[in-house]
Amino acid sequence: MRVKVLIVEDSKASREYIAAMVEAVEGIEAIVTSSGFEALKLLPRHRFELIITDINMPDINGLELINFVKKNPNYRDVPLFIITTEGREQDRDRGMALGATEYLVKPFLPGSLEELLRRYLKLP
Amino acid sequence: MNPGSKALAEFVAEATEILDALGKDLLVLDERRGQEADPELVNGIFRAAHSLKGLSGLFGQERISRLAHGTEDLLDRLRLGRLHLDDTALDALIEALDAFQALLAEAARGSESEPLTRRVEDMTARLAGLGSPPVSVDEDPLDRLELDPQVRSVFTEYEEHRLRENVRRGVSLWRVRAAFDLSDFDKGLADLNARLKPLGEVISTLPSARPGGTHGIAFDLIFGAQATGEALEAGLKGTPAELSPLVVRPAATHAAAQALARAVEPPASTRATLSRVDAPAAPVKRGGKKKGARAGTTTKGAQKSLLPSTDAEGADSSGPGDALTPSGAPRGPGDALVPVTPSGLQSPAGSPGASVAYLQGAGGTQRVRAVVMETPSTGTASPARPEGDTSLRSLTQTVRVDIGRLDGLINMVGELLLIKANLQRLAESARQDGAVALSKLFGQELARETRGLERKLEALQEGLLEARMVPVGQVFDKLARLVRRITREAGKEIEFVIGGGEVELDKLIVEELSDPLMHLIRNAIDHGVESPEARLAAGKPRRAVVALRAEQKGNHVVIEVSDDGAGIDEMRVREVALTRGLITFSQAQEMGRRELLNLIFLPGFSTARSVSELSGRGVGLDVVKNNLGNLSGIIDVWSERGKGTAFHLTLPVTLAIIRALVVGVSGRTYAVPLNSVLEILSVQPKDIRTVERREVLDLRGQTLPFMRLARMFALPERPVNRYFVVVVGLAQERLGIAVDELHGQQDIVTKPLGGRLQSVRGISGATDLGNRRTVLVLDVAALLEEGLAVERRRA
Repeated sequence: MRVKVLIVEDSKASREYIAAMVEAVEGIEAIVTSSGFEALKLLPRHRFELIITDINMPDINGLELINFVKKNPNYRDVPLFIITTEGREQDRDRGMALGATEYLVKPFLPGSLEELLRRYLKLP
Repeated sequence: MNPGSKALAEFVAEATEILDALGKDLLVLDERRGQEADPELVNGIFRAAHSLKGLSGLFGQERISRLAHGTEDLLDRLRLGRLHLDDTALDALIEALDAFQALLAEAARGSESEPLTRRVEDMTARLAGLGSPPVSVDEDPLDRLELDPQVRSVFTEYEEHRLRENVRRGVSLWRVRAAFDLSDFDKGLADLNARLKPLGEVISTLPSARPGGTHGIAFDLIFGAQATGEALEAGLKGTPAELSPLVVRPAATHAAAQALARAVEPPASTRATLSRVDAPAAPVKRGGKKKGARAGTTTKGAQKSLLPSTDAEGADSSGPGDALTPSGAPRGPGDALVPVTPSGLQSPAGSPGASVAYLQGAGGTQRVRAVVMETPSTGTASPARPEGDTSLRSLTQTVRVDIGRLDGLINMVGELLLIKANLQRLAESARQDGAVALSKLFGQELARETRGLERKLEALQEGLLEARMVPVGQVFDKLARLVRRITREAGKEIEFVIGGGEVELDKLIVEELSDPLMHLIRNAIDHGVESPEARLAAGKPRRAVVALRAEQKGNHVVIEVSDDGAGIDEMRVREVALTRGLITFSQAQEMGRRELLNLIFLPGFSTARSVSELSGRGVGLDVVKNNLGNLSGIIDVWSERGKGTAFHLTLPVTLAIIRALVVGVSGRTYAVPLNSVLEILSVQPKDIRTVERREVLDLRGQTLPFMRLARMFALPERPVNRYFVVVVGLAQERLGIAVDELHGQQDIVTKPLGGRLQSVRGISGATDLGNRRTVLVLDVAALLEEGLAVERRRA
């Protein structure tokens, strides 16, 4: 049984790229979506072991998603990574303050993501 | 990081999409120069730059990422109100877009040119230097808003800024709470947003942290209302929304508030004292006033937009461009073009041969054009583009297909499978009752199924062709952006009119059209249109009109590029053609105005190099003609002295499947693409005249070059008492091809010939006529060239 990781990112190419990095780690299934709304719909349908989200998205922003996840007893313990870019430190800090577990600054190396995934998913 | 070529293609595809969206939004901003920019629009552009930065960073495209970073920073300052969007900033953004396109073109073919890298560095430095330091504000108006700090912590910097702006302007703020079913909350929210939008600004949408049961979800919308509370309530009737006002405490002192208002408000908006803001009832009055002020701004802007290039030009020639230049970086109309090397941008691979490979590799097997492109007469790969202009050709081969169209296709496949099952059943029963003579009923049933199959297959073919169609407006939009720049460079005043952008053409044709169209428009602006002074002297309006219109006519699309300029001086054309030895004196004597005008399409007519690098009438129109010929298109020119010039481009709707005329010569069969057939004549041998050892026909007073196909292919000629002459035309050239028989029309898919056959002149490929007969397809462009080459040798 592979563990499920939710990836929320509105840029298609970035999303596919991150999904490829995530799935390159054995034992992980990546489930991707392009919007916060879709993420809200997906949350009750799967058991996600980890969530990776972008901040700047069109419908609800990533911070609102983090807030939702972290306030909800069903999901609050799920580790959550923020993907951010250089220059958006305020948004990043707010995300961390809202309870995000880790943040990754684009561009990041597949190795650093893999290491974080292994650590939080307790993979060998 | 090595993303690999598939990843690179994905990157290029998405970056192209982002740039397209960016360009569209910038165009809107450009058109509304002088008005207060719509915050949503600026935020949209910011988001595009932000996505581009993240995307290019992730894919290791450092130069794009660096420039996107600079652009994003500038936009961030703009959207957070730290910088006012003036002409300088807007010009910088438009220039950055140009640079992005050039960068992406290089990225797509995996190269990095030094001049472009330098340009990126210059531009990044310039973007960073733009703007004044932020207005210092002693008190944050947001502190006066009574809002759960928890809620505030979820806002992005931008949302916080919008909220601050709303508080500062004294807009009444509301919390709109609504609960929906989890399965379709997005529809409910979309409805709610649609109702709220006309009434004000939705600042943030927060999913409520409180779980709304197992199947429900609640949202809090933070809303800045331009309307009254009653209007708001009325507007939300029938939705699950509950309204509650957010309280804003009064500002510290009255005077401070006024000072604050003066310091930060743009001059156009109403400057009311903030003391009224605190009472939630006050907005009634404010809302009305505000609206009035807004409408005023809009009208002013609209008037202004009637003369956009006028003031833009005046300012640009001395103002922003130079002001922006730190340390004497190359700038100014000519210089601005320099960093982009022509060779770097001309074709995806930079050389004619390679560009052929690109076309073939990218487009599958059915393209005839690729063969045509190899002819060295084209010169460089796509010289239709004046140096320095970034190609508008998009870098990806993807087509976005409407999901409805795809569903239709899938349904059709389902129906085909049903028919197949029926046919299978019939075959089975025929096999089992093999001994029994097949009944008439069986035959009827079989015939019915076959007819159904045929109909469905036709529909499927049509549907697939439709999926390749894109609106020609995609190219028009890109051109509109360039017109401003060209206009400025040429020192003209021009109104650019676009029409028929919704007309659809095959994606490949649309792609290939951008360069020729850009060339024609550039010619219209550079040479067609007179200077404002000359126009006034001629009793014309100061501003010239350059129009680009598309119209569907049956299986063809006609695109018109017209101007209301001085028209083409045919005597000057005659002179140039004579000086260049393109025609003899005796030929010139026989030529009418129309024929003289058509001389501008001759290779070698261009006066570009001799007169000046940029100007000269008819710059490389032969190349435009060639480009169109490759698309089986026809170009015609109309011009009247003093009234203007119009070029008409007639193009087939698609290249993938073409209709062909099947003809017979000396017992052999050939297919002629119907889109290049103009008419068919029946001609008796006595009608054929010989002029200077060349056979010609007289066609409605004009001389038509005549070619016997049998002679061309060295086939034994049969004596006949009448010929069928297929009159073909590509671009503005015409040729009569004599054949023995006409067999009718048929849809064909041309397959390229391999090996030695590839170099046979006059043949573009082969096709299967369905009855297992493979016939050769004539290459009309090559035949025309052959026919006219003889004529030119004669001249």
